Amino acid sequence: MIAQNVAFGIIAAAMVLGALGVVRTKNVVHAALYLVVVLAGGAAQFILLGQEFVAWVQVLVYIGAVIVLFLFGIMLTRAPMHPTESLDNSLRWPGLVVSLFLAGVLSTLLVDAYHADKVEPSEPIRTATVTKSVFTVYIIPFEVVGVLLLGALIGAVVLARKD
Amino acid sequence: MLLNQFLLLSAFLFCTGIYGVLVRKHAVLVLMSIELMLAAVNINLVAFGAFRNNAIGQVFALFVLTIAAAEVGVGLAIVLLIYRNLNSANLDDVETLKG
Repeated sequence: MIAQNVAFGIIAAAMVLGALGVVRTKNVVHAALYLVVVLAGGAAQFILLGQEFVAWVQVLVYIGAVIVLFLFGIMLTRAPMHPTESLDNSLRWPGLVVSLFLAGVLSTLLVDAYHADKVEPSEPIRTATVTKSVFTVYIIPFEVVGVLLLGALIGAVVLARKD
Repeated sequence: MLLNQFLLLSAFLFCTGIYGVLVRKHAVLVLMSIELMLAAVNINLVAFGAFRNNAIGQVFALFVLTIAAAEVGVGLAIVLLIYRNLNSANLDDVETLKG
């Protein structure tokens, strides 16, 4: 248990620093790389919780595909590659107030509601259990998500096509 | 491990994402902040799945992942379109609807 808590602390510290980097850095490419830190930390937390299938899917889909898409987007929009001063708009203080207010509300609520609950993953959830759940109980949402992906594919091609 | 440590981490990531959406000017950075919020929600779902000791949290996290991937694809296509039309991906320049 202590080893798990130490691992959680280290990964969580890396994730917090990465998240602050995403919203604070002055270089667009660095923001994408900080996002990699956050998502990899998330995958590590999933493994810590014994839910390994979604951890590897997170590595494949997010770090493998989404980050590459972001880097393509940065390239194609000719974002400033060198550090610039102008990545934030004038809403910095209102934004800080809103997010700190929400953080306060959420943490008060969570500490009040779940202060005694412990999560003790005894053994990992097997991939067979997950797939059985996906292909029986949640088969209709699964098919709908497939159609949604097709729609997104066609939509992205139609939008980005040069005509 | 306490359930709360995962939930508080997720809440922190979500609020950081909201700050990024409100404050960032470049459209790709706003999309990145949205990804941050979606990843935070995933941590919440998986933590509750481990707490209840079943696979439902993982199933919903997989759906969130799929929709996040679709959202990034369409979102980046829209950003490219904005860049092509306005020659800038700066969201402060998108003000056609301003009276």
